[in-house]
Amino acid sequence: MMAHHGPFAAPILASLLSEPAGVAHYMAVGAVLFTAGVMSMAVKRNLLGVLMGVELVLNGAIVNFVAIGSPYLRGDDASVGLDGQLMALFAIVLAAAEAAVALGIALNYYHTVGSVDVDQATQLRG
Amino acid sequence: LNGINPHTLLFAVYAALACGFALAVALSSNVVRMAFYLVLSLAATSGLFFLAGAEFVGAMQLMIYVGGTLVLLIFGVMLTAQQRFVSMRSSQGELVLACLMGAALVTLLVTSVWRVPAWRADPPAAVASDTPLEPIEPLALALMGLRVDAAESPAGGASRGPLAGYLLPFEIVSIHLLVVLIGAAYLARTRVAVGSVTRKTAAMYLEDHSDGPSGVGS
Repeated sequence: MMAHHGPFAAPILASLLSEPAGVAHYMAVGAVLFTAGVMSMAVKRNLLGVLMGVELVLNGAIVNFVAIGSPYLRGDDASVGLDGQLMALFAIVLAAAEAAVALGIALNYYHTVGSVDVDQATQLRG
Repeated sequence: LNGINPHTLLFAVYAALACGFALAVALSSNVVRMAFYLVLSLAATSGLFFLAGAEFVGAMQLMIYVGGTLVLLIFGVMLTAQQRFVSMRSSQGELVLACLMGAALVTLLVTSVWRVPAWRADPPAAVASDTPLEPIEPLALALMGLRVDAAESPAGGASRGPLAGYLLPFEIVSIHLLVVLIGAAYLARTRVAVGSVTRKTAAMYLEDHSDGPSGVGS
């Protein structure tokens, strides 16, 4: 198929850059954001680090909503239209609400335990 | 380099920034640096929204997320910091395990996304032919409960039936936001109880200054 193979990365990179970006590309970015958020939630010992992981997960979901609803990435007949953007807006607002409540809980936790280390939350013997 | 699609090139730049800084958030152990990486990752994501033609969502992402939520998080970092640059490290084994699980998860998700034919279909010529920007009015009217976008598109209204407006979800989410902010302010208030720090400092202040007037006089 290809006359000369050359360095392996060059043809793949060229094909990635020459073909238009579609919904699948956006979904891949959303998957990476989601995975980074899940890793943060699982590994971080700092309570605020766990919160940042939640923000990353929500952001990955918002990327997927925007990609599904975009008229530029799919045809006008295939796209879900404005519903994707509206869902993304609601998700952004709910993420802001979640961050406010979680910050209140984190401050209470800090006043109670004296640290933001989640490993020290052993009062409930969980 | 002749066949490079400029839209795809910009997409690659923003996607690399978003994914790279998100992974930096996951792998860093310094909470201040994590907050900074999160700001950059979310800003790059809003660039992706602009590229997808969702300008209003991108602007809201910048204003609410980067401007509001992140400032809230950084205030949380400052209010709960014991000393400068707190770093709570998790063990190396946990980190390696998390990287393995993350690699497995992202492989699973990306391969499953890549196999959906509808998402791999040839994108329309909208980007290539410089389609003008979509106006903002359909979005605002949909939040008011009126769907004008379904009436305009020839196939949409007939095939999918009448589309629902978003007035009730909008009202519900606004009441929810109000309740949540009142609750957060209640949760985060400082309590003045018997034996609390405020009383102790007041007592110490009174002790220090109890001999004030007499000391001046003698």
